[in-house]
Amino acid sequence: MTTSPAERPGTRYDIAVLGAGPAGLAAAVAAAGQGAGTVLIDAGARPGGQYWRHREGDEGALHHGWGHFRRLRRGLSAHGADYRPGHCVWHVERTEAGFTVHATREGSPRTVRAKAVIVATGAYDRQLPFPGWTTPGVFTAGAVQALLKGHGVPAGRRIAVAGTGPFLLPVAAGLAEAGVRVVGVFEAGLPTAFGRHPLATLRNLPKLAEGAGYLGTLLRHRVPYRTRTTVVAAHGTATVTGATVARLDQRWRIVPGSTREIDCDTVAVGYGFTPQTEIPLQLGCAMRRDADGSLVARVDARQRASVDGVYVAGEACGVGGAQLSAVEGELAGLHAAYATTGSAPDRRRLAGLLRRRAAQRSFAAALHRAYPVPDGWQTWLERDTTVCRCEEVTAGAIREAVDDLGATDPRAVKLYARPGMGLCQGRVCGYATTCLVARATGRRPTADDLRGMATRPIAHPLTLGALAAGDDSGGDDSGGG
Amino acid sequence: MTPPPFAFTFDGRLVRAEPGQSVAAALIAAGHRSWRHTRAEGRPRGVFCGIGVCFDCLVTINGTPNHRACLAEVRPGDVVSTQEGAGRDDLAC
Amino acid sequence: MTYPSSRPDVLIVGAGVVGAACAYACTAAGLRVAVVERGAAGGGTTSAGEGNILVSDKEPGPELDLALLSSRRWREISEDLGGGTVEYEAKGGVVVAGSRETADGLLRLTAGQRARGVDAVDIGPGELSELEPRVTRQAVGGAFYPQDAQVQPMLATAHLLRRARQRGAVVHTGTGVVGFVRDRRGAVTGVRTDSAEVPVVSARWVINAAGTWAGRLSRLAGAPVPVLPRKGYVLVTEPLPRVVRHKVYTAEYLANVASSDAGLETSVVVEGTRAGTVLIGASRERVGFDRGVSLPVLRTLAAQAIGLFPFLADVLLLRSYLGFRPYCPDHLPVIGADPRAPGLLHACGHEGAGVGLAAATGHLLAQHLTGERPDLDLTPFRPDRFEEATA
Repeated sequence: MTTSPAERPGTRYDIAVLGAGPAGLAAAVAAAGQGAGTVLIDAGARPGGQYWRHREGDEGALHHGWGHFRRLRRGLSAHGADYRPGHCVWHVERTEAGFTVHATREGSPRTVRAKAVIVATGAYDRQLPFPGWTTPGVFTAGAVQALLKGHGVPAGRRIAVAGTGPFLLPVAAGLAEAGVRVVGVFEAGLPTAFGRHPLATLRNLPKLAEGAGYLGTLLRHRVPYRTRTTVVAAHGTATVTGATVARLDQRWRIVPGSTREIDCDTVAVGYGFTPQTEIPLQLGCAMRRDADGSLVARVDARQRASVDGVYVAGEACGVGGAQLSAVEGELAGLHAAYATTGSAPDRRRLAGLLRRRAAQRSFAAALHRAYPVPDGWQTWLERDTTVCRCEEVTAGAIREAVDDLGATDPRAVKLYARPGMGLCQGRVCGYATTCLVARATGRRPTADDLRGMATRPIAHPLTLGALAAGDDSGGDDSGGG
Repeated sequence: MTPPPFAFTFDGRLVRAEPGQSVAAALIAAGHRSWRHTRAEGRPRGVFCGIGVCFDCLVTINGTPNHRACLAEVRPGDVVSTQEGAGRDDLAC
Repeated sequence: MTYPSSRPDVLIVGAGVVGAACAYACTAAGLRVAVVERGAAGGGTTSAGEGNILVSDKEPGPELDLALLSSRRWREISEDLGGGTVEYEAKGGVVVAGSRETADGLLRLTAGQRARGVDAVDIGPGELSELEPRVTRQAVGGAFYPQDAQVQPMLATAHLLRRARQRGAVVHTGTGVVGFVRDRRGAVTGVRTDSAEVPVVSARWVINAAGTWAGRLSRLAGAPVPVLPRKGYVLVTEPLPRVVRHKVYTAEYLANVASSDAGLETSVVVEGTRAGTVLIGASRERVGFDRGVSLPVLRTLAAQAIGLFPFLADVLLLRSYLGFRPYCPDHLPVIGADPRAPGLLHACGHEGAGVGLAAATGHLLAQHLTGERPDLDLTPFRPDRFEEATA
């Protein structure tokens, strides 16, 4: 990309969009289309986020909604939005005049100033610990997908796909189509609840058809699909040599006598998604615990967070998939552009977006009801099962922090036993630790519990040298902060 | 025209890579599963999340530790080596 | 639960490290103890501290005497609790002087400290780099304090409370104090709380160990002590092998600890931990209870840390946390019975030295309550001293 005049240090944009997945792309295109000075900041090397992850030169053979992606990508340059790939945002600072986004690019500090920010940071696979899940060869479902879509590399030869939620299907189908042997899809839930929400189903027939398409692919490749079943242990030390699969009861406890060993060299797991919420948390936005148990930012009808000038779109305000994310992103872009430039959005366009958002959200809510995560998974764990992969903290150590040291919340457990204190800062174990502590103290997890494991003033590691160097804007504008 | 594959080394052995691949993808394609040993227990680790979130796939590239192998694009001639613990033994004194 | 048959002798308000040390010492002295804590044990300033047990940063005077007593008590406590469980480490402190002038000031300080019983060794640049091989070559000298030690503050608090519980103490977390109960003569005999389970806790004595909120609690009791917040940050690096061996700080830190300057002061303190991370503190800012993160403060801390240990420039910062040190205008803690409210005692205002001074604080109050002659004269710490100052 060329360096536009607006890219000079010290310039203030109208809108900075954080994240270039479906929500962020849609937001940036909508905002720039309204004439707002817009910058799209992303950690990836190419736009698309996790959903439209692709290799350089790949034009979409494996992707859903690729036409949509290409339209957005074209819109980005057509409307003159600045695009900044490779930027790891570590802090967003509120200033008197708006916001300063602090990032590093290849380790060097980069700052961007804007009147408003749109947080479209997406989500990553939610994980539940189980014995053997730290063995090399156990991947998140997203990792297996990213290796295949982003690099053309199958994660293994014989892959078991396990967890819960509709995302398991495209992962397994993609592998099967790429010629990998998928030994089974093990869905811990029993997703029949859709029948009880006919309206949501009708409004979203295309999405269901998509799911049916994946099931058809699995059938063609003779991939077994089992519900109320999951991988409860992985075996091997240097690499996965097999796994234990078990049937589960309604609360996800193992049905006695139902365990069996399967032959596989790879396990791909995912139990829904965890939204990336560090930026809204840094900015002090009001949060809530969503129906799927995730901490998300509260937004109003215009995608505004509780803090002036902050908009949130996509998974960070509630997991709902790529289509909902794009709708929310477009709405956020239009409203943020109106707020910063006074350029009024077309009312019919708004009305259409609102209708689609309502339909998509009711579908998302139905999905959350259809794929709950009851706490019986905690019975799969042994005392020596690792929960925090970074600091190698076991389930037993977490239990001791509650039973022996009197910890009453996840934050205290974190300070006693160190889960969530490593490099990932609790991104991977935060949900599980929260659930384990809540149950050990005889209650349900709360938004405050989740917040205790999700608050990260430094969202991304940077060197002390980069921090000390300050921003790169030439010091002409301290931003009032 | 697709640029041709190239080579880098992992713990002294030659590994083939395609342009644009991450270090992790190239290592996995070559049959490697782990390239780090944990600080406390010395357990092997490789890719887990694959998208830069979990920091499990840390690896030493050209002498510098703590690169996320899933994000770092491999370049011709890179010297990639297994990261032991914090990967900062050079600092110990 | 209202303790019908076993009314506690002592009710401690606050389960931070100071309250926990009071519970530990009082139960050891045979007193019946209850603790109420509005949040989680150690959830306030204790959770944001580094766990310093220092004698090096105190000028000769009553606080240094308190620190010396506390340092001895901590050694005994950690043996009782198991040094490993609370990560007690007698790592020693190293103070670095960057200029001839600072070094001269440091020499005068160490001489005075030695006269009060501190083990303080004056060192030159050669000895300095032997003690801390990675320290800046710019240093002209410094001092070594073998008595300086550290605990992990949350674990210390948890294990102090655990031992107190084993000796019969009852701890109510999530229980905030909303008022005091008094008898006909006006003496404090208990507290009212916001908890339906324990709406009232009666006791013969109530100890205010409410940390940063001690000022508010003292006003509720009608016996105000001026405890104010002084904000500070700690930066935490990626885990490293043991590179920084001691608690290392610049001589300028000593001036800041005692300063009453209203603005921001940063003078860096760097230390390694058992977990491998390096901790970098300690800024001091008077901005009330604002929890916002100030990047200029973080930048200054980072730059000063690199000045002390140049290798840190390439080390990753993982996270930061912040907390509020509870301080009094004269920078001395408040320890002892309050003549304005019979039955009420204070154990607060320890500023950045709450962990370090907690052991002596609990010990002295337990001595006072059991009628023993305290090991130290409590007069300099008396709660009503501020009224005299303004009168």
